[in-house]
Order: sequence, then structure tokens, then C-alpha cells
Amino acid sequence: MTAMARSFRHFSYVMGENPVTAAAFALFALIVALAAFGPWIAPYDPLATDAMNALQPPSWAHPFGTDQLGRDVMSRVIVATRLDLGIAVSAVALSFFIGSAMGCAAGFWGGWTDRITGRITDTIMAFPLFVLAMGVVAALGNSVENIIYATAVINLPFYARVARVETAIRRNAGFVQAARLCGNSDLRILATQVFPNILPPMMVQVSLNMGWAILNAAGLSFIGLGVRPPDAEWGIMVAEGATYVVSGEWWLALFPGSALMLAVFCFNLLGDGLRDLVDPLRRT
Amino acid sequence: MTGHPILSVQGLCVEFRTRNGTVRALDDVSLQVAKGEVLGIVGERGSGKSVTAFTVIGLLDAAGRAVSGQADYDGVPLLAAGKKSLGEKDLNDLRGREISMIFQNPRAALNPIRPVGKQIEDVLLRHNQATRQDAQRKAVDMLTKVKILEPERRYWAYPFELSGGMCQRVMIAIALACKPRLLIADEPTTGLDVTTQKATMDLMADLTRERGMSVVLITHDLGMAAAYCDRIVVMQKGKIVEAAPVAELFKDPKHPYTKKLLAASPGPDSALGDLTAVPDAPPAVETVSPAAVTKPMATPAAPVSENLLLEVKGLVKTFPRRGAKGGGWVWLKGHKGRNEEADFVAVDGISFSLRRGESLGLVGESGCGKSTTSSIVTRLLDPTAGQVILDGEDITAFKAARFARLPQRSKIQMVFQDPTESLNPRYSAADSIADPLKRLKGLRGGRQLDARIGELAEMVGLPQSLLTRFPHQLSGGQKARVGIARAIAVDPLLLVLDEPTSALDVSVQAVVLQLLDRLKRELGMSYIFVSHDLNVVRLLCERVIVMNKGRIVESGKAEAVLKQPQDPYTRSLIAAIPHFEPAKM
Repeated sequence: MTAMARSFRHFSYVMGENPVTAAAFALFALIVALAAFGPWIAPYDPLATDAMNALQPPSWAHPFGTDQLGRDVMSRVIVATRLDLGIAVSAVALSFFIGSAMGCAAGFWGGWTDRITGRITDTIMAFPLFVLAMGVVAALGNSVENIIYATAVINLPFYARVARVETAIRRNAGFVQAARLCGNSDLRILATQVFPNILPPMMVQVSLNMGWAILNAAGLSFIGLGVRPPDAEWGIMVAEGATYVVSGEWWLALFPGSALMLAVFCFNLLGDGLRDLVDPLRRT
Repeated sequence: MTGHPILSVQGLCVEFRTRNGTVRALDDVSLQVAKGEVLGIVGERGSGKSVTAFTVIGLLDAAGRAVSGQADYDGVPLLAAGKKSLGEKDLNDLRGREISMIFQNPRAALNPIRPVGKQIEDVLLRHNQATRQDAQRKAVDMLTKVKILEPERRYWAYPFELSGGMCQRVMIAIALACKPRLLIADEPTTGLDVTTQKATMDLMADLTRERGMSVVLITHDLGMAAAYCDRIVVMQKGKIVEAAPVAELFKDPKHPYTKKLLAASPGPDSALGDLTAVPDAPPAVETVSPAAVTKPMATPAAPVSENLLLEVKGLVKTFPRRGAKGGGWVWLKGHKGRNEEADFVAVDGISFSLRRGESLGLVGESGCGKSTTSSIVTRLLDPTAGQVILDGEDITAFKAARFARLPQRSKIQMVFQDPTESLNPRYSAADSIADPLKRLKGLRGGRQLDARIGELAEMVGLPQSLLTRFPHQLSGGQKARVGIARAIAVDPLLLVLDEPTSALDVSVQAVVLQLLDRLKRELGMSYIFVSHDLNVVRLLCERVIVMNKGRIVESGKAEAVLKQPQDPYTRSLIAAIPHFEPAKM
């Protein structure tokens, strides 16, 4: 059996055992498709206003209704996927690379490296994370890039900690000693022997973190930081729609809010599913 | 066997649901344990010996299911037609009071956050064998019975404060507290040193005999089964292949698998060639070609040249005690903290030498400093004092961290204890073997590298088709071969073998030992063979060093040390190895 067929069988076994994970993977595929092809799928231009059709309830022409400027809510929800996912992916990628480098060094060498990185992560964790993100964006300026940096900073400690523990477990493993005997330097051992082995738990962390990152980006936009109107983004749409809920126009906030909830939900379930796939022993 | 059996198992079949479909773990297993009898269940890894016990006692993993068969405990049906016939509550009453069990890893089986005395009380109170008033006294009594010194004080000890052997005694105390009539001991001494193993087993045998209990002893060690059992059941791949009284089984084994197992267990008189004297019915991948193993000890090993390869002079290694030197406030404590408590001395001034082509055994129990010594010799660790002179050059002059990239690195290589742990799970067999070639020999990809890997695989008897596989797709013996191939890839002068077979089944161990012996003669390497098992060391080494508490207590020719040990420690070490002694029967 080829490696490909083997991993496919493993994949389908896990999916068959756990329909919730299968649903999460399907939802994930849908989100990625919307992010990639959103502008072509959306039935209307998300920025085109139509004052005649402002605040229309959901109908066949506008399944999610229209907003106060007559823009199609469904198109805006679809198009916003790319921006929200983009922010989350870049932020998570940044904190993954920096965090795992810090954590690996701390776990492998210990001593002062460990103390310094440990104190840095402790300092970050000492702040309420969302407030820290707000502060970062407020200080650096109100832009999408700064939202990414802020989200990356607050997620850094999680990667650093997971990487540190997983590396420390393997620091004296037989295969690391063997690699030393084979003439590898410490840095090379870290990169070629240890890091590939700590990837599975890190990937689970990435998936769980992705949900938080989306929520964080949306939260910052909700309070008016980062993404600016008229750009379509779930957080802003909920913020704008919230003022209309009282007057009965519930669809403005409900649909982007549901999209946000589904995305976060999907990434959290995906994290559990990924853990089952890569690390069957820690199954719950 | 007289009277009706206390435990009787009939036609038991157990299946496990796995990712690759259902696997039959037990196939038509039937056995009986008479009152007061000690039954040994012997088999290699995966033969179903533990599954049998777990099924009977109702602790089977959720993925496993008894398909058919029945089990009766003293007339009470435990299993009937594959179904549990007792409710969980009745079963709980039975477990601990009538049937109790001792597990493999005593440290894991004890609750780490409860004093051991309390844990003995728990089982007494659960089965109404004691009242709140006298529970503590009875628990202390039990600790006294299992020969724990100062039982009143140890009553309050937590498992982490006790040694492995003491933990196992506490387990025995818990298991016997309610005076059960059947004890199931599942590999009760794995991970314990031989002398501790003997003490623990003797204690268990005494206590059970005195109470007239029946015992089921599950073990992979035929020697231990011979020493402590009345009757032995041999299992292979979920089936019982042979059941006979001990003397009969050893004198006249009927089944070919039993014969193979008996031959593969190294005793005080066996030679390397004898270990695989009984071949498998179909020649399996594991066996080395017969030409390579014909009486390796009969023909003298490669001529031992007189020039020295390795000289170790006054080697000392100390480790700072935890907390003595340390934490963050070094500048406040200064050096005071360090002087208050002496450092732990792991290796205490040892010296020895090794000639080219010679092999030296380093024997001792855990904590004797043999692993530290081998780590220093392989330059993975820096010594506190002393010199290691290899091939005329003092290699302790280089720091361990720098040594990794020096050309001298390729002169010493090592084979690790656990073949699974020593292979990177993400490297294929070929990648693992290629690593030293790339780093130390500068071979970069291409044909030359592939050719060398192929050549090495052939030398260690690893089929070429397995080279693309990952460690989890290889058997224990195959992984050991990959580890050996990696170590010999750079043509080392000295190979340090750190208990290379302790994680392997006996039949695989036999083949690996023969392979190591053949490679030594073919490649003219010297070996330092680190082991706790004198019988195994004797097969491969001309000279032996016995270590205890960081010092060398005895050294000399392997035969001489084993047959006429001078030092009392060596004597106790040799006496503790269990084996079949017809005189005792």
C-alpha cells in the first residue's frame, strides 16, 4: 500500500468514527472556498449601495436581507470571509514561527534562554489579552497590518509554551543522542530531528488558535479598530447591525454574527479532529 | 491437580477493534489453576498473556470484546458465552477480596498523591476487612509482612519517596491485604534490578505459599517461570501451544515454539550458537543466514592485537544535587549552597583499558554508573575529572558539544537501549542510516550514498524493501538492525552497546546478539557492552567489569567472573538471575 493510500485510509477511518470531525472538515472546506472565490460567488457587489432597497428583510432576491444603505448582506458576509481568514492566518503564522522558535530554544537549551523567553511570555500573559491587543493597535495605528501584529503578539505565549514542553520531552530522547553521535550540531538537531516531531501538537494548537484569532480580529473591528467601513468584515457588520436590532432589523447583525460563530466553532472542532488524526493516544 | 480448579477458563476468544479491522487477540484459550498452584503464563510480546488475565478479571480495554468462551472462579461464572455474567458491582466485590492483581509498573499502579499506608487501608475498608479504628494497625501489619523497614514511618510515605522495589512490595501488600485466594501477577518485576527482582519474587512466593493461595504469574522470562511456578502454559499469538509441569516442560518440550524459546533464553552454560539452534518452521526475516552463526564461540574471535585502543584513567563524574546549586538567586546564596551538601558522585574514579578487537562487558544494576561511564566514553557527557584516551589521543580534551563535529566522532559510535526511542519517528530507515554518512563522511545524496546504505542493510540483515519504511512500520528486531546499521555506517573503531537487547523479546535478542558477534569479527571493531544481565554479557564479551555505586568491584575474564565470582556483590548478582534448576524440583 502506498503512503498516500495509507494516509487516506487513516483519514477516512477517523472521519467515519467521528461524524462531528467530518462535519468540521466539510465546513472548513466551505470557508476556504468562500475565502478563495468569494468575490465571484457573491450575487451582488458588496459595496454597491441601493437606497431604494435599504433595510429589506430576507427575501428570495436578498436571502440575508439588505442593510441601511441597501447593500446585500449575504454578499458582504461571503466577501468578508477572505479578510477575516486572511487576518487570522497571517497572525497565526507569525506567532507560530516566532513562538515555536522561542519555545524550541527554551526547551532545548534551558538555562538562561529558558528564563528569558519564559519571562517574556509571562509578561504578555500578565495583561488581559484583548486589552493588550487594543493597546497595540491604538499605539501602532489603525490598520489591518497592526491588527495582525496585535493578534500575533497575544497568541505568542501559547506556541512558545507548547513548543517548549514538547521539545524538553525530546531533548534527551535516544534519537537526539544518536543524531549527536552522527555529528549533527545542536542547531541542526533542533531543526531536523526535534522540530518535525513537535509539529503534530503544534498543528492542533494552530487550529484551535485560528478560531481565537478570527474572534480577536472581529472583536477589534467591532470596537472600531483596524478594518474601516465600508470594507466588509464580520465584526464591523455586527457592530453596525447591532444598532438596528432594537428597531426590529435583526438580520443585519444575525447573519455576520452566525458566520463568525460558525467559523470559530469549525476551527475548534477541527483542532480536536486533527488531534485524533495525528495523535491517536490523546483521544478523549 | 487435585479437587476442582479455583480458576477455569474454557475456549476463550477475544477480539480487538482497531483501525485495520478486528484483530483476534485470544484464540480458544483454555486453562485451569488448581488450589494452591502457581501457574506461569509465558510468551513473548503480543502473545496474549496479559489479555487473558485482563479478560478474566473484567478489566478488558473498551476496544476489546470476549467473543466466546467462559471463565469460572471457584464455581462462580465470571464469563459465560463471551458475556460478563456478573454485574460490575459483584465483580468489584470479588476483585481485591477473592482475586487480586499485581501490575507491571508499580509506580504507575499506585496513586501518586496518597500515602501508601492509606492506599492499603482503602482496600481493607472497601471490602469490610477492617474498621476505621483498626485499619491503620492492619495496614502497618501488612507493611511489616512485606518486609518494609520502619513500617510506621513508611505508612505515611508517598510512592515517589519509595524505590521501585519498595513500591512493588506495597503493591503486594495491597493485593494480599484482604487475603484473596487467587493472585494474578502481570510481569511483576519488569523494570526492577535482578537482586530486587529476586527479593520481591521470593517475598511474593513466601507469602502466597504460607496462605495457600493460587497464583497466576505472567512473564516473558522462562527462567523466572521455572524458578517460581509449578506448571507453565506457553502462549504464542493468542494460542496456548503447550502446557506442562515445569520439570517436564524443560526436560522434554513438545512444541517447536517452546523449544525455540528455551533455546533462545541464555543460561549460565549456553553458547551463542545454541540460541537459535531451533529454527522457525518457515525461515523468517529475523534469522541470520546459517553460515554466519555456525558456532561463533568455537572458532576463536578475531586475534586480539596487543595494542591499546581505549584507555580510561581515573574517570570521575559528579552531578550537583537538586537544589544545592541553583535556582535564580545564585548571587544571594553564593557558593554557600553548594558546599552545604556534597555533589552526587555517579562515577567514582574508575580506570580500565580495551584492546583492539576486544569486547568488554560493563555490568551492574541501575544507578551503578555504567550508563554515565558509557556516555562519557562516547563523549555525550563531559567528565568531572579523568581522561579517556582513544587511539592514542585524549578525547576528553574536547568539550562534548564541540566533539560532535570533529573527525574523531566517527571513531566511537553507540547502539542505544531502546530501538524504538532511538530512531526518529519521522525518518525512514534509510534516512536514519544516511544521517551519519552525510554528516561525518560527507556523502551527499546520489548513488554512492544509496549504495552504501544498501551495503549496510545487507550487513545487518535488513531486507532492502524495508528501507523506505518508518520506525512504526518495523518490528522490534528490525528497528534494532537499523540502529546497528547506523552505528557501524562510519566504520567506528569502538562501538558502545548500551543494553542493546533489553527491550527485545528473547528470540529476537538471540538473533541480534549473533549479528553483533558476526559484525565484530567481520569489521574488527571493539565493543563495550553495557548490560545488567551477566548471562548475556558472557556470550559476547571476553572480559567483564562489574560496577557498583560508581566503582569497579570486580573485573576479569567473563567465564571466570561468572563461574567463580570473588566479590560478594558479584555473587549476589549472579545468584539473583532466575533459571531452571532441576535440583530444586
